[in-house]
Amino acid sequence: MSTHAKTRIVGAPVPRKEGVDKLTGRACYIDDMGREGMLFGATVRSSIPRGLIRTIAFSPHIDWSEFTVVTAKDIPGENCIQLIVADQPCLADGKVNHCEEPILLIAHPDKHKLREAVSAVAIEYTPLQPVFSIEESERQDVIVWGDDNILKSFLLEKGDVDSAWSSAAHVVEREYRTGAQEHLYIENNGVIAEYSPKSGITVWGSLQCPYYVVKALRGVFGLPEEKVRVIQTETGGAFGGKEDYPSILACHASLLAMKCGHPIKMVYDRIEDLAATTKRHPSRIRHRTALDRNGKLLAMEIQLDTDGGAYATLSSTVLSRATLHSTGPYLCPNVRVRARSWATNLVPYGAFRGFGAPQAVFAMERHMDEIAAILGIDPVELRRRNFLHEGDTNATEQLMHEPVILDRLLDRALVESDYYGRRAQFNRENPSSTVKRGMGIAAFYHGSGFTGSGEVYLNSLAGIDVTPRGQVRVLVSNTEFGQGTNTILTQIAAEALGVDYGDVTMAAPDTGMVPNSGPTVASRTSMIVGRIVERAAVQLVALLRELAGLGASHTREEFFAACGRYRADHGKVESFCRYEAPPGISWDDQKYHGEAYGAYAWAVYVAQVAVDTVTYCAEVEDFWAVQEVGRVLHPVLAAGQIEGGIAQAIGYALYEKVVMKDGRMANNQMTNYIMPTAEDVPPIHVFFEQVPFRYGGFGAKGIGELPHDGPAPAIVNAIRDAIGVGFNFIPLLPEDLYAGLCHNQTVEEPAVQ
Amino acid sequence: MRGNAAAHDLIAPGSLGAVLDLLAREPGQWTPIAGGTELMVAFAAGRLNAPKLVSLWGIPDLRAINATASNIAIGAAATFLDLRKHAVIAGELPLLAKAASWIGSVANQTRATLGGNLVNGSPAADSSPALLAYDAEIELISVRGSRRIPYSEFHTGYKRNVLAADELLYAIHLPRRFAGHKQYLRKVGTRRAMAIAKVALGATALLENGVIREIRLGAASLAPYPARLRQTEKALLGKVPAREAVLAARNALQAEVQPIDDIRSTAEYRRRVAVNLLEEFLLELRLEGAQP
Amino acid sequence: MNANSKSKSDEGWPAIHLGVNGASRSIQVPPMKRLLDVLREDLHLTGTKEGCGEGECGSCSVRVNGELVNSCLVPVLQVEGADIQTVEGLSLDGKLHALQAAFLQQGGAQCGICTPGMLMAAAQLLENTPHPNLAEIREALAGNLCRCTGFMRIFESVVAAANTNAAPAEEPAVKATRHAR
Repeated sequence: MSTHAKTRIVGAPVPRKEGVDKLTGRACYIDDMGREGMLFGATVRSSIPRGLIRTIAFSPHIDWSEFTVVTAKDIPGENCIQLIVADQPCLADGKVNHCEEPILLIAHPDKHKLREAVSAVAIEYTPLQPVFSIEESERQDVIVWGDDNILKSFLLEKGDVDSAWSSAAHVVEREYRTGAQEHLYIENNGVIAEYSPKSGITVWGSLQCPYYVVKALRGVFGLPEEKVRVIQTETGGAFGGKEDYPSILACHASLLAMKCGHPIKMVYDRIEDLAATTKRHPSRIRHRTALDRNGKLLAMEIQLDTDGGAYATLSSTVLSRATLHSTGPYLCPNVRVRARSWATNLVPYGAFRGFGAPQAVFAMERHMDEIAAILGIDPVELRRRNFLHEGDTNATEQLMHEPVILDRLLDRALVESDYYGRRAQFNRENPSSTVKRGMGIAAFYHGSGFTGSGEVYLNSLAGIDVTPRGQVRVLVSNTEFGQGTNTILTQIAAEALGVDYGDVTMAAPDTGMVPNSGPTVASRTSMIVGRIVERAAVQLVALLRELAGLGASHTREEFFAACGRYRADHGKVESFCRYEAPPGISWDDQKYHGEAYGAYAWAVYVAQVAVDTVTYCAEVEDFWAVQEVGRVLHPVLAAGQIEGGIAQAIGYALYEKVVMKDGRMANNQMTNYIMPTAEDVPPIHVFFEQVPFRYGGFGAKGIGELPHDGPAPAIVNAIRDAIGVGFNFIPLLPEDLYAGLCHNQTVEEPAVQ
Repeated sequence: MRGNAAAHDLIAPGSLGAVLDLLAREPGQWTPIAGGTELMVAFAAGRLNAPKLVSLWGIPDLRAINATASNIAIGAAATFLDLRKHAVIAGELPLLAKAASWIGSVANQTRATLGGNLVNGSPAADSSPALLAYDAEIELISVRGSRRIPYSEFHTGYKRNVLAADELLYAIHLPRRFAGHKQYLRKVGTRRAMAIAKVALGATALLENGVIREIRLGAASLAPYPARLRQTEKALLGKVPAREAVLAARNALQAEVQPIDDIRSTAEYRRRVAVNLLEEFLLELRLEGAQP
Repeated sequence: MNANSKSKSDEGWPAIHLGVNGASRSIQVPPMKRLLDVLREDLHLTGTKEGCGEGECGSCSVRVNGELVNSCLVPVLQVEGADIQTVEGLSLDGKLHALQAAFLQQGGAQCGICTPGMLMAAAQLLENTPHPNLAEIREALAGNLCRCTGFMRIFESVVAAANTNAAPAEEPAVKATRHAR
């Protein structure tokens, strides 16, 4: 269709649709808003990781008649946050399973009295034995969830793994670990909720998925869809941290609103947001790999375990994506992946950019370098020898029938980074320097959209309409939170309709007004939703040609004139389409077999790292990112996604550690949860190779999560290159580098000669 | 945000005399607040245990920086930006200028004060290693008059100091005699900017014929408060900074520091990095001494 | 509609006078109230944001008497008589400031929550150093955390603004950017 067409708007660096408001301070985020008669809400939370609630006492020195108090008893529908598995209560009822679990809600007009009231609720517990790690959970001597602590498990098999070991020239076995990671959106979670018996619930909030919130509210309140309305406000960063968590907050604020009859605002401060909301799943991934003499992969056996926290939330889908990304962009005839997500008594983990892939890719790409070192093969060559090509099948026996240009990406990455030149230079310079430098690479992919039949199940509906005043509106429930949804979808619509970029706006992300085009997750917006919007636009043009005299080619004036004629004869000018799966997609959810994803984005990243052996600090000095994401819809926004994802992943690798103490995040302040500043990020060089995907919006594939998958292993591989020590876990802090180097140094010699 | 503004009294008498009178009349009742970059963090976290505060902001006596031929007196309420901009500090006391540039970010440096950094008394205080290496004196003032003590005697324990209930930190005095000294300051933090020191070492030393005639070492985050490394200095005084003295200094350092495990780092790491920083300095010293 | 309601007893506090974006303002609030909250709640200037309450993220940055401060750390009593500039005061007569135009063109803002503070810090930098090098830009912006952009396009925006002449643009000109291919 349009994938290779020459375009005026798609592919051009048009100004961000909502950019001026953001730059002038006019953009309205949830805490900038208020409603008449609004009160403030706050949450009383568990101070223990697991136990029974014995008593709840309200201190007599507070006049409780001024306050609205909500407990689980006030829940009209089901005390459960509807997501995937119905296991997470909206409010704890009789028992708690993690620190910070919400128990009570309180509302008051005065924020200060509200805080005092929260401190004036005394809860006594009967503590139960908590579980705090994958290891403790898998021992299964303390069961904290279901019958066996297993939130979800998968088994993926290809070929015959067991036959490969005896004939292999090499078998390499390693274990890799990744830590929790906090999204650290600069805007904390927040909502405002209103309730009336007549119209039901209205929620405004900082969120990614308005219809997820609708679903959760319907469950907690037992209300039909027409009585629940959710409106996304300008959202200051999300990264998955506002995919499912806002459902909880929305239910809380709505319960208070219902009970007191006033609008309720609940906005977390940073201390609460860090302690109480979702984070990236920690993982432990064990690889056992058989190779032939030349380093060709014969078999991969992978044991992949994640820590899901106290409730299932999205652990099953994160585990799924981790599983499907665990074998890397490599051809391997025999594969077994056993994956399990374990329940612990920690704050439930959730969605975060990459969604299991960063964990899986870290393990696979570190493992390739370990293999290379043991076999004495160049890590670049080892990868090249094993790359998937068009016509190969991957681990789920999906035939790669689209081009796979990994070789080209690798070649380009090596050239742009002068990989071999720099490595040789550092080899020469390192012995006489206290700062050791190295280069590292990672090759990887990211599946766009929901796994397997997920998109069919979502059955997204999206559309376009034209108002009587001649404004084209894109009607989707997909949200802008910095990544460019507003801009790319209006670009696509404008291009496909033959009008100007300035003629098209986004309808407000208000479930009372827009259809359910699915959540804004899984790197699906440009590829899946963009495609539906494109088709709806094409459909509208066809309709105007058929029924309103629009010519075979048209100017924008002619388009709007035709809309006028259509409206006069037929009423509303609108066009909707539903998701259509590309042909030949079949997926077996039981066997984990078939087309896992409709399309893959591919990448090769290179990191240059310097390790200071005086301070044991590692810093990324330079970074090159080469990727293929289908058609690049907007060069500035696309590069911005890559750069931002890489910066976040640099934090994941070297700076960001969630310190847990007795089940609570101990470093829940920005001063102690360390993300890279403007002085810490390296220059980031971004390169796109374009291979348009015919089923994506104007040829686009997903882009948002890909850049968070590759940097961490590239960085740790570079550290291995620099100092000759391989580390198999992240975050890798100076203290860890010191400990690792210690084993390579005799104690008596000073560090500096 | 957990602080309640209405629950605090904040007054700004506007002159040093008025502030001192207040502290004398109601000793221990009023918490002085200068730039607020520490106290307001505690306020927002709901843990500012200071119902009454008296503002030191905008009192010219407290912010003045006065240089004579032999000394420079820095008002306790001088901001870190004031320090960075001052020609004498930038030119002759580079360790202090460097430390000032490490405080938080630009937005913190316009408000955070040298006095506040010292009175807050974090063992990780950014300005302390430089002040210790420069043999600073501090001047305390009250209605009863003023007194000067070596800065190295100001801290007496974790977040404890010698200020009397009616006293205010008035000025920090540094002698202008370090231009010919080898100077070194290095901070190791969690990242390049906006970082609390895991370890920091400040050093000044004077070599004569390759022998260390004077040496001052100030450290952060190696003890409950910023402190001189006296034993390590002793191991180096009168010695040539070559292998034997370096090893002796290393051992002395290992013995005298008391690093801890905390949320930011480990005792073992701090101890090792402290040694590395010391050796880095001594290597620079030796190389300098070796030059004709 | 006020974002957050004022307390009924505010009228009891002595008046504090400020200059805000060139206008004289007078407010009656507890002297310990954070400048950030005064701007947002009492003066209804919600462009300045709260990201952390600890002076770490810089999203609350404003300029006081021509110097950059984290307004979450400033008790309002201490800015009695001061001239304050917020992001709302950056554009003049409805025209975008050169920095705003540059951010728009270069992609310096994504989610936008750090942007007001970032613009204040950048404006401060360009006033002191009209043609900063990259190291100076990094240092000047080190106190403004951005989680979305990875900072690259913010640096480019500052450079682009420094390179334009002083006249702010009415409509942002869409020029070709340096494409990543």
